[in-house]
Amino acid sequence: MIVAERKPLSEIIKAVAPFEKVLVLGCGECVTVCMAGGDKEVKETAAAMAIARKKAGKTLVVKTQTVERQCEFEYLESVRKLVEEADVVVSLACGVGIQTMNMHYAEVQTLPGVNTTFMGLPLRQGVWVENCLGCGNCVLEETVGICPIARCSKSMLNGPCGGSQDGKCEVSKETECGWHLIVERMMKFDKLSALSEVKPPKDWATSHSGGPRKMVREDVKL
Amino acid sequence: MSMSNLQRVFASGAFAVTGELGPPKSAERKKIEHHAHLLKECVDAVNLTDNQTAIVRTSSIACGRILIEEGLDPVIQITCRDRNRIAIQSDVLGAVALGMKNVLCLQGDHANFGNEPSAKNVNDLDSMNLIQSLRRMRDEQLFIGGEKLEAPIDLFIGAVENPFADPFEYRAYRLAKKVEAGADFIQTQAIFDMDRFELWMEKVRQLGIHKKVPIMAGVIPIKSLGAARYMKNNVSGMIVPDEIIDRIKAAENKKEEGVKLCVEMIKHLKTVEGVAGVHIMAVAWEEIVPEITERAGLLPRPKFD
Repeated sequence: MIVAERKPLSEIIKAVAPFEKVLVLGCGECVTVCMAGGDKEVKETAAAMAIARKKAGKTLVVKTQTVERQCEFEYLESVRKLVEEADVVVSLACGVGIQTMNMHYAEVQTLPGVNTTFMGLPLRQGVWVENCLGCGNCVLEETVGICPIARCSKSMLNGPCGGSQDGKCEVSKETECGWHLIVERMMKFDKLSALSEVKPPKDWATSHSGGPRKMVREDVKL
Repeated sequence: MSMSNLQRVFASGAFAVTGELGPPKSAERKKIEHHAHLLKECVDAVNLTDNQTAIVRTSSIACGRILIEEGLDPVIQITCRDRNRIAIQSDVLGAVALGMKNVLCLQGDHANFGNEPSAKNVNDLDSMNLIQSLRRMRDEQLFIGGEKLEAPIDLFIGAVENPFADPFEYRAYRLAKKVEAGADFIQTQAIFDMDRFELWMEKVRQLGIHKKVPIMAGVIPIKSLGAARYMKNNVSGMIVPDEIIDRIKAAENKKEEGVKLCVEMIKHLKTVEGVAGVHIMAVAWEEIVPEITERAGLLPRPKFD
C-alpha cells in the first residue's frame, strides 16, 4: 500500500490561515489503513484547526468528509457541493489523491495534509517498511522475492556492498541489509549459484528516471 | 600500450606496495604534493580516494594528475555514489587523457555518513557494473549504451573486497564475481582480524582467484587508542578485535605499538599464500609510511626503466 504520515498540525494550521471555509477530506484506502488520513484523522485535524482559530479569536468554518478512494475521479463527484462551498480543501490522501482533487476541481486549491512516504507494508502495528520503488522492471524472481532496488540502500544488483555487517545496513543499525536477506534466502532455496551471474547495468528508463510515466492499454480503453 | 608502475611490479613478481592519499577539503596543491613526497620512495602506486566517507574533497582525478607530475603512479578511486554512467565514463576518459591508467572501482559509502547527508545517492551503476563497464570500454571499445569509443583506451582495473563484511560465506564468491566482471587486481579492506582474513583467503584459494589476479591485503597503522576505537565502532564494515584495542591500551608508546602491530601484520601477510602485496592506508598519518615499509622489509621498491 501507499504509506503516508500526517504533516505536523502546526504546518497544516499555518497553511489554512488565509482561509475561512475549509474542507478536510480523507480517503478510505491506504491512508485509512496506515492511520494517516482516514475519517478519524480527518476529524482530529478539523478539530485542531477549529481550536487554533478560536484561540486566535478568528472565525473558521471547517467541514469534514472522507471519500472511498480519492485517487479516482468517479469517487470525487460526491463531494462537489462541499468543495464548492469551501475556500480551500486540505486533503489527507496520498500525493496521488491530492493531485486527483486538484485536477478534478481545478477552481479550488487542495492542499496536502500528509507527507506521502513510500510504497510498503505494515510490519507490525505502528511500523511500516518500504519494499517497492516502482522501478517498472521487476527483478523479484531473480532475488527470491526480496527487492534489491528498494531494500538495498544503494539499489545494488550484484550482491551486498562492503558495509553490510551482522545483517544490518551501514546506513542504520535499524535497517536490515536487503542483500543479506537475499543471500540467506537464496541459500535456503539452494539458489546461491545464480548470484554468480554478473547482472548488467539496470535500465532505469522504466523508472521515474525516464520522466513522468504514463501507461496506455488499448485493450481496456473505452 | 605501456604498463603502469603498479602493473610492472605485479608482472615482475615482486610483493607490491600501495599507499593511500586522502585529498584535502581545500584546493591546496601543496598539501597533496607534500603527502605525495612522503610516499614517493616507499610505495609502487598511491590510491586517491573519491570523496571518502562521503565527505567533499578535491577530486581524485585532479589529484591523480598532480601525482603524475610529482613522479608517482596514481590509482584513481571511482565510486558509484556521486555520478551516473554518463559522468563516470566521461571522467574515466578524462583521467586517461591526463595520463592515468589504474582505476579502483568502489560502491562508495552512503551519503548519510558525510558532510552532505541531504545529497541524492546516485548509484546508477553498482560496483560490479562499473568494473564490467570499464572492461568493456577497454576491451571492446564500447560505452555502456553500446556506442563505440572513437579510439581505444587502456586501463588497469582494480576492485575491492571486504572479508569483514557479511554475509561472510558469500564474500569470496563475490570476489570471484568481480574478477569475472573484469577486475585486474584486488585491494582488501583493512585487516585487524587476521583469523577471519585467513579463513577468507582459504576460500579464495579454493576458488583459485589468487591465480587469476593479484590480491593486495589492506592494512592501517593505528595512531592512537581513540583511532582504534573509532574504527571499531564507527567505520562501516570493519572489525577491530578487542585484543588489538587492549594491546594499544596497554602500550606506553601507543604510536610505536601501532607501527609495531602494522609491521608484524605485513610480515605475516607476506607469508600468506595468494597475497601479492599490501595496501597501506595511513590516511592522515602519511609520514609514518617510510618507517613502516622500512621495518617491514619492503624497501627499496623496484625500479623500471
